[in-house]
Amino acid sequence: MTTVEPTSSTTAAAALLDPEFLKSLRSQMLSFARLQLNDDQQAEDAVQEALAGALKNAASFNRQAALKTWVFSILKNKITDSLRSKYREQEHMLAEADACKNGEELDDQLFNQTGHWHAEERPVEWNAPTRLVHERQFWAVFDACLNHLPAKQARVFMMREFLELTSEEICDAASLTVSNLHVLLYRARVQLRECLENNWFTGPMGASS
Amino acid sequence: MMNCREATRLLSEAQDRKLTLAENVELKFHTMMCSGCRNFGKQMSSLRSFMSDYARPEQDDLRK
Repeated sequence: MTTVEPTSSTTAAAALLDPEFLKSLRSQMLSFARLQLNDDQQAEDAVQEALAGALKNAASFNRQAALKTWVFSILKNKITDSLRSKYREQEHMLAEADACKNGEELDDQLFNQTGHWHAEERPVEWNAPTRLVHERQFWAVFDACLNHLPAKQARVFMMREFLELTSEEICDAASLTVSNLHVLLYRARVQLRECLENNWFTGPMGASS
Repeated sequence: MMNCREATRLLSEAQDRKLTLAENVELKFHTMMCSGCRNFGKQMSSLRSFMSDYARPEQDDLRK
């Protein structure tokens, strides 16, 4: 189903009150919020607040942006606020021992004793990665790989790459040191890269791409 | 002499901070010699590009 994008503040408010448009938009917002917050209730709250904020500020909707993009930018801010308060309630999000164990296993799996790639783990060239945005199956694999990341790594990775927070903002929100953050992001990227390579670029799904 | 473990850490960190001149020079030298790390560096950029597409709500229609 293709949703018609409104082009002015009047139609923006009307669209947000249209049950069919609202139902479709709300469902997409919820799936984003759940992935990031990992808490159904908090996701519901963030989406409700974002929609209420969008309706309240419909007059400031800039017709140069798609309505959905504009509403999602409000949702991103709500999610960021939720994450900040969530992490402040916890003393520290890193269980150091677990993180260390996970890192050593990953290192041993990828690198030999001199720190160079094991032959079978050496990254291969990815074929035409820019064409993949139009591949439905690629996004299914990408989603699965993202959801397969350990929770803490996934959360900081999404804060960095999806919410586009700076390192300082993430460290502040998640009570992390910069070096801890870099380690978590490194592990997330290494595992996401590995998962995509094994399941798309050199796997049966990507053999034809 | 930098090894692949150190090179991949720097290639990841380059997404989050500005590397020093010394780090950049050593990394350039290493990736000239190592195809695995050269591919890894390109893939770090690809991941960022995938994530910016992933974050676009319009992409949702493709993911359904």
